[in-house]
Amino acid sequence: VNLFDARASVPLLILGGTTVVVMLAIVVRRSHALAAGLTVAGLLATLAGLAGLGLAASPRPITPLLTMDGFAVFGVGLLVLATLAIAMLSFQYMAGYDGWREEYYVLLLLATLGAAVLVASTHFASFFLGLEILSVSLYAMIAFFPRRRLSLEAGLKYLVLAAAAASFLLFGMALLYAATGTLRFEGIAEVWQVAPEPLILPGVVLMFVGIGFKLALVPFHMWTPDIYQGAPAPVAAYVATVSKGAILLLLVRFFHLAEPALGPTLRVLLGALAVASMLVGNLLALLQQNVKRILAYSSIAHLGYLLVAFQAQGPMAASAAAFFLTAYFVTMLGAFAVVTLLSTPTHEAEMIADYRGLFWRHPGLAGTFTLMLLSLAGIPLTAGFMGKLWVLAAGTFAASWVPVIVLVAASSVGLYYYLRIIVAMYAPATDQLNPARGDVGARIALGALTIVLVWFGVYPGKLLAAVGIAMASLWR
Amino acid sequence: LAVILAILLIPILGALLAAAAGRASPSAARWISLVALAAGFGLCLVAWAGHRARLWTPGAAWMLELDAAWIPALGIRFHLAMDGLSLLLVLLTFVLGIAAVLVSWHEIHQRVALFHLALLSVLAGIVAVFLAMDLFLFYFAWELMLVPMYFLIAIWGHENRRYAAIKFFIFTQASGLLMLVAILALAFVRYRQTGAFSFDYRDLVGTRMDGNAGLWIMLGFLAAFAVKLPVVPLHTWLPDAHTEAPTAGSVVLAGLLLKTGGYGILRFVLPMFPEAAARIAGLMMLLAVIGILYGAFMAFAQTDLKRLVAYTSVSHMGFVLLGAFAHDDLAFRGAVVQMLAHGLSTGALFAVAGMVQMRLHTRDLARMGGLWATAPLMGGLTVAFVMSSVGLPGLGDFLGEFLVLLGTYRTSIGFAVSAALGMIAAIVYGLKVVQRAFHGPNVLGLHMHDLLPLESGVLLVMLAVLFGIGLRPSPVIEALQRAIPSDPSSTIAQAPGARARKSNRISDTVDHGLSPLAGPTASHAGYEPGETP
Repeated sequence: VNLFDARASVPLLILGGTTVVVMLAIVVRRSHALAAGLTVAGLLATLAGLAGLGLAASPRPITPLLTMDGFAVFGVGLLVLATLAIAMLSFQYMAGYDGWREEYYVLLLLATLGAAVLVASTHFASFFLGLEILSVSLYAMIAFFPRRRLSLEAGLKYLVLAAAAASFLLFGMALLYAATGTLRFEGIAEVWQVAPEPLILPGVVLMFVGIGFKLALVPFHMWTPDIYQGAPAPVAAYVATVSKGAILLLLVRFFHLAEPALGPTLRVLLGALAVASMLVGNLLALLQQNVKRILAYSSIAHLGYLLVAFQAQGPMAASAAAFFLTAYFVTMLGAFAVVTLLSTPTHEAEMIADYRGLFWRHPGLAGTFTLMLLSLAGIPLTAGFMGKLWVLAAGTFAASWVPVIVLVAASSVGLYYYLRIIVAMYAPATDQLNPARGDVGARIALGALTIVLVWFGVYPGKLLAAVGIAMASLWR
Repeated sequence: LAVILAILLIPILGALLAAAAGRASPSAARWISLVALAAGFGLCLVAWAGHRARLWTPGAAWMLELDAAWIPALGIRFHLAMDGLSLLLVLLTFVLGIAAVLVSWHEIHQRVALFHLALLSVLAGIVAVFLAMDLFLFYFAWELMLVPMYFLIAIWGHENRRYAAIKFFIFTQASGLLMLVAILALAFVRYRQTGAFSFDYRDLVGTRMDGNAGLWIMLGFLAAFAVKLPVVPLHTWLPDAHTEAPTAGSVVLAGLLLKTGGYGILRFVLPMFPEAAARIAGLMMLLAVIGILYGAFMAFAQTDLKRLVAYTSVSHMGFVLLGAFAHDDLAFRGAVVQMLAHGLSTGALFAVAGMVQMRLHTRDLARMGGLWATAPLMGGLTVAFVMSSVGLPGLGDFLGEFLVLLGTYRTSIGFAVSAALGMIAAIVYGLKVVQRAFHGPNVLGLHMHDLLPLESGVLLVMLAVLFGIGLRPSPVIEALQRAIPSDPSSTIAQAPGARARKSNRISDTVDHGLSPLAGPTASHAGYEPGETP
């Protein structure tokens, strides 16, 4: 085995290199525009590196810890694109902060590096390393405004809970190591086929506590609404998309490799988590008055929908999950983009009342937000609809009727809270509305997200093909 | 064929143009909408005239068809097609669409551009529902027509509009998702049998299913259609939505959205699941009769004029459900005629209710009275529409209900007799409207101006069409010839071996003394129904 494949590691190297460059640039000259510009350039260079590998890339190991294959290219690409959108949205939001803002971009890049490592990892060591790089950066990002009480509280809460979850995860990994004697993901299946070790199952279940926390699945979801509410709007977007997406993509790979050993048991476990997340997420969202909290519960429910596809297993289910995840990324980023454009570090536009009459003042922004909310609700012409369609298709194909019917019921309940925000936006205008700001970068990002949302919603063929190729690299 | 695409695109383009032009001038939005809908209507008529023969020639292709690839990975196609059933309902869509634009002319003064964007988008969605022959495309259009309708109610509606709009949306969306699951399940059943994905109507219709799978999948479809139709006890969204919607919204809801439910049952449920449909036919007919009587009873109990008319819809759509599940060709024709006639007569009644509300700022019957003296033309036209609605012979509704009852009588005398009681109950609530609003003493001293020329024009045209359907139904009956499920070359595709329907040809009924109704059809030169194999 080639110990160090230079070409395959280019994207990760660029990402890590950019982090260092931005950090050094701050030392030389503290400039918000410079830091943001370097970040965007670095992310674009990473994308170029990924494009060089291509979705059809055959698996190329980088040390025994990481593998760059089509799946990893797709996953890292998705995460980097999302980070790019968040960086573009953050610029004018961060400009309103009177403290040191440049470090935010270092943290953003570092967290994304951790996320990218997760997607490419095939080994428990890299799994844990990636997770910690991601989490530690997030602690600081969530508490980035230390003078805002909610922000600080959210950061601290996330720190304590994430540390607890990580210890469960480590304990699970330790049990698996004790049972199999290896830290490679494939090791589990290999050992299982020889002799089903009794320690494997408890190990995996403990790992799922840690993973469930990161994905905010019910019953490990308690932190989510507080952190979404307390974190700066762009950071909340990051927690909702990149952080969850990275873990989920890791799970796809882990599952694929460990499936022979754990298939039936995990199916039941994931089905139960999916049902609980869909129901609890949607029902609790009904009680909220705060848009960021609503989006938090909505993201809990959406991860539940995702697991419906995920527990179905097989190439089709993995494709459906990846498609849904992409649609979810676009929609959540778009929704948080609107929140960000209306917010400042001192006053976040988070109550439904802040959105009253938005349409009559900023029809473009309100129209975009309507599209994003309809996408979350799964109404046609939006990517969210196509995503839900694929999830339902995967669930129906696997004849998992209970999750499918719960999905139908839960998303009907969920309509109510999305419509409440929409109703408010089209109600007669009030005076106390934040002025919508937004520089060129933020507008480009929001415009691109809207176009992609409708494009995938009407003509999903291209994305489906891409997802299919990327997933095929796992099953090769 | 490009014509069918044009029929769908014209309202969409009209919507966009109206929204763009309406920013500068509200009346431009109105005129553009009017012209677009009139163009669509004209195009349908031209197509009808041009391809008339295909409506009864056995073995001919669809009247119009367009089939293009859309999402190849799942075999989903952009497949539009038009047969007699679609043609009639699309024509109804354009007629009521024009009426909706015209009744809003004097009513809507706020956000006119946006209003016409929403209105024409609903109409485009409805046209797409009637034309889609790919089940996925059908679902797509089915969901899409809800969104602008939601905005029509939520922005331009009356006092309690937000509640009504959200309730409407959640009811239809929840049942729609069940239909989506059923569509997917059906496609997967076929995939397991043939190894290829397809959502095409013709492909899926022959899918073999063992008993219970077929029943469950059918129930998924039926859930969506039963909410829309509506079938009691799933009707509770209807009175709220119809009452709170602006006039044009009520006209579209009652006249068209309910018809999508009936269309779905006739087009999809019955042909695709003949065995399962036969299993629940008795239950559905029972629900239909309950709906007919309950709707009539509730209508009588209302004091809100729009709510009253809304409940009459529940009653009248019961006849459509009865006709659909009576498993009889006459009843099938009756159900379609009833859908057309109900669309016109109830649409007109909602228009009248809107005009009264615009003048008096109330819909409360208790506060009206003696309006005939102050607005005789409105009173006269209202009586005419009420009479059509309660089933006076010579007007469209009578023909529909009569054919349904006649067909049902052959299947089940009990259901036919009890449904006929609904026609008597209809007279009671019909007279109540006329008496409370237009007769009696004008205690409150109400004074309102009579119909404007535009308003009377709309209503007179709708009345004329109702008379047309009632007195000379042959074009309608003729257009339905190949949509009749028992016809050997039916465009309503049939599962193999499911043609056991009672083939009651119109010529049979002619012998039984119904020639004034059916004569022109039977003597048509193009086909002789008795000769078809």
